[in-house]
Amino acid sequence: MSDLNTGMVEKYRNNFLKEVEANVEEGDWVKMCMQCGVCSGSCPLGTDWDHPPQELFMMIRAGKREEVLQSTSMWMCTSCYNCIVRCPRELPITHIMHGLAHYATRLGIEPKGQPTRQFAQLFWDNLAKNGRVNELWLGVNLYFMNGLVEGVKVALGMAGIGLGMLKAGRLSLKELVGGHTVKDKKGFKAMIKKAQELEAARVDNAQ
Amino acid sequence: MADEMKIGAYICNGCGIGERLDSSQLEMTATRDGKAAVCQQHDFLCSEAGVKMIQDDIDNEGVNHVVLAACSRRAKTEAFNFDNVTLSRANLREGVIWVRPDEDDQRETTQEMADDYIRMACAESKYMKIPEASGQQSVNKNILIAGGGVAGMTAALEASKAGYPCTIVEKSGELGGATAKLYKKIPTSAPYADPEDNGVDAMVAAVEADSNITVCLNSTLTNTAGAPGRFAADISTESGSTETKDFGAIVQASGFTEYDANQLPEFAYGKNKDVVTQMELEALAKEADGGAIKRPSDGKEVQSVLFIQCAGQRSKKEGHLEHCSGYCCSASIKQAMYFKDQNADVDTTVLFSDLRTPGAGGENFYRSGQKKGVIFTKGIASEVVDGANPTVKFKDLILDEDVDLEVDMVVLATGMVPNAGQPSRAELTDQDNEDIAAEKAGEEKEIRIDVESILNLDYRQGKDVPHMDNGFADSHFICFPYETQRTGIYTAGPVRRPMDTQQAMDDAMGAAMKAIAAAENAGLGKAAHPRVADLSFPTFRAEGCTQCKRCTVECPFGAINETDDGYPEFNESRCRRCGTCMGACPVRVISFENYSIDTVGQQLKAVDIPDEFDEKPRILVLACENDAYPALDMAAQNKLEYSAFTRIIPVRCLGSVSLSWITDSMNSGYDGIILMGCPSGDDYQCHFVKGSLMAQERMSKVGDTLESLSLEKERVQTYEISITDIHKVPKIINEMVDTIEQIGMSPFKF
Ligand code: SF4
Ligand code: SF4
Ligand code: SF4
Repeated sequence: MSDLNTGMVEKYRNNFLKEVEANVEEGDWVKMCMQCGVCSGSCPLGTDWDHPPQELFMMIRAGKREEVLQSTSMWMCTSCYNCIVRCPRELPITHIMHGLAHYATRLGIEPKGQPTRQFAQLFWDNLAKNGRVNELWLGVNLYFMNGLVEGVKVALGMAGIGLGMLKAGRLSLKELVGGHTVKDKKGFKAMIKKAQELEAARVDNAQ
Repeated sequence: MADEMKIGAYICNGCGIGERLDSSQLEMTATRDGKAAVCQQHDFLCSEAGVKMIQDDIDNEGVNHVVLAACSRRAKTEAFNFDNVTLSRANLREGVIWVRPDEDDQRETTQEMADDYIRMACAESKYMKIPEASGQQSVNKNILIAGGGVAGMTAALEASKAGYPCTIVEKSGELGGATAKLYKKIPTSAPYADPEDNGVDAMVAAVEADSNITVCLNSTLTNTAGAPGRFAADISTESGSTETKDFGAIVQASGFTEYDANQLPEFAYGKNKDVVTQMELEALAKEADGGAIKRPSDGKEVQSVLFIQCAGQRSKKEGHLEHCSGYCCSASIKQAMYFKDQNADVDTTVLFSDLRTPGAGGENFYRSGQKKGVIFTKGIASEVVDGANPTVKFKDLILDEDVDLEVDMVVLATGMVPNAGQPSRAELTDQDNEDIAAEKAGEEKEIRIDVESILNLDYRQGKDVPHMDNGFADSHFICFPYETQRTGIYTAGPVRRPMDTQQAMDDAMGAAMKAIAAAENAGLGKAAHPRVADLSFPTFRAEGCTQCKRCTVECPFGAINETDDGYPEFNESRCRRCGTCMGACPVRVISFENYSIDTVGQQLKAVDIPDEFDEKPRILVLACENDAYPALDMAAQNKLEYSAFTRIIPVRCLGSVSLSWITDSMNSGYDGIILMGCPSGDDYQCHFVKGSLMAQERMSKVGDTLESLSLEKERVQTYEISITDIHKVPKIINEMVDTIEQIGMSPFKF
């Protein structure tokens, strides 16, 4: 099934499960869930999710393609790994959560205003630039992601912490201009490029 | 034994008994009060030297009634194992020194306790006889097996291997039973990933090749008379010929019938041809034989199938089965694999409310199903709508929504109904009983019991073994694994409880071993579990018998028939020696050589009752030897104290307690009586089925007697004690002492 095929997926048929198996990182584990609910009960944020992991897995098996891929749920995962440690069936739940989020992004149907998704994007863009996280710009971009007025408010609210980090040398104003990079920035860029090529090939293969 | 009775009493001074008690005083009690002709002490009675001392007296001094004043009768049984004598034990260790504090001011009452136990043991000894053979014994190594499915065949092969000839009586025209109808079976060995060949052909070949096994096909048992060691079974063929054969024991492996899905109209069964039961799917799979399974209505290759678990099961609805059949979840996984293994694109959904896959490989098999892409959905089906394709309406319990799902085919997991034969007489309604009586009297009566009997037992208590929960022919599974309430008849496979092929085969091995033991025990005149090796058996004095039939009715094992002139007829090898008949008999004419109204009655009379003003009450405890007595022993091992005013007598079962013991002890001045039996009710633990229940019922009548003696009813209490109630037993005793303190001493002390 193609990435872009958002067509009919029949209920309780295996089609969507198969799509997940083919396209989502560790997706072939989804069928092994025995619906015990331990993951949902272990997730520190589980109660805030629309559909905690156990439910997402059942939804995949019930063929609820749009509801799953457009859900904000898997974006809530903080990678604490509680669920993985506890799942009696040893599902790599955390990875599946990120896999689902990533797949939805690839399809372009991820929930747009979801803050952790936005942060993840900012983080990635920031990191991919120099191979190192530029904390200053990450902060600035994050605070101002919802517009100037909101940004000033948040930034002022965080000022104390920022000053503290400056004093402790955890933040440098030099970062504002250029900032530090990895030693071999060219090599880093090549590496990322290669990884992206591999990923694209994998996606192509699955189609 | 024609020899004169000669009591030898042996007092042990080991285990602290010698330090805590005055042994010369004990010796005097044994000879003076107990009338022991010989009395010796030993520092270590259970040692080789101690045992030899006793054996020498038996051999040379003519001692034939041995009284041991040492530890509990449950301890050192291997050392104290003497032939051709009676054995009584005064429990000075667990019964006295371990439950009393080692303090000077307690010495007197502790010594009194010990003296009484010696008097009691001697009194018991005096009234015991050495069990002699009844003459009823006969060894018959032939085992009858009712049912030729895998359980029956396994039992036959196992028994034959052990050297016991078997006869399989099979109703149908071929061996193999339900398993033969399976395309494949649930896997029985690692990695438990794929369905396995049903294995029936090989098993049938092994049975046929075994010269020790006789197979009677198209045959039923039309009459089964006798008892373990001497069963006589009429094996009748369909064509009408009958042959009578003798057997030592019986294994009943009569299997199950699939629940009648016609009782599930809500699932369109019978209306829509593509709604089938698991057994019907097996037939379709057999037909396909590895090819695509075609649905019944139009022969279309099935592309989607949904399994409804627990169809008509685990439900309290009228006509439904209350139990879980235990095998159907795994069976549905297996059947989903029939589809998946042939074509992975077939959609298979198992709709379950609780997926249960018992057995060692169950969980692996479930995972294997998941790996193969079987979808497991937790939900409850409410309806199947008839149509070109059936539509299943269900509630998805995880996603909390109602779903309509159209599929090519629906399979109902309907579960097992045991082929357990007719209900026993105790299970019949009054109307049933009236009808039977009318029919016996020659009247034309239509008997409502429309179930065919399996064994057609010639027992007064009914034609088949009694049924337990949900109609299965089981007994109490903790106390009696593989057993039924009919001695020498062992059920195996799904007639006993729901199970799959492998479990049925394991079950059959157990039943075969039990049957062999029963046949051998019957030959030796020994009792079956739990009084293994007891050689005594109940007898009755016909002169006194009023033909009230209480014994025949109350015997939990159907051991007592009725003679033509209305007297009880004991079948020794059916008897488990519980003594229930003895407790039931209102005129006290039933007794055992080593257990009787007197062996207990004289013990309680032998206790020295101090007079009212001594402030030393006496509490009699009649404790079931199976659970309560061990619990008391264990309390002692834990050094839990109880009152020195207690005198404990073990009984075989509370069912054996005679009301005369209660009235006698009240008359002799006991202040309180405690009866300790096993828990009763649904989860009963009584080794003899309903002993404590009967005791409770009988004791409810004691109130009147007490009243006529102007005694408070608190003086007699019945308790249900599990073997683990170690901390409870001393409390119960001490509470009785408190009660007596409040209501005062019995005025009947002379
Ligand atoms: S803990 Fe594992 S098996 Fe249990 S519901 Fe979560 S993913 Fe499924
Ligand atoms: S790793 Fe993610 S899904 Fe798992 S418990 Fe933590 S936050 Fe929840
Ligand atoms: S001792 Fe028990 S089993 Fe034996 S005949 Fe009496 S009631 Fe029946």
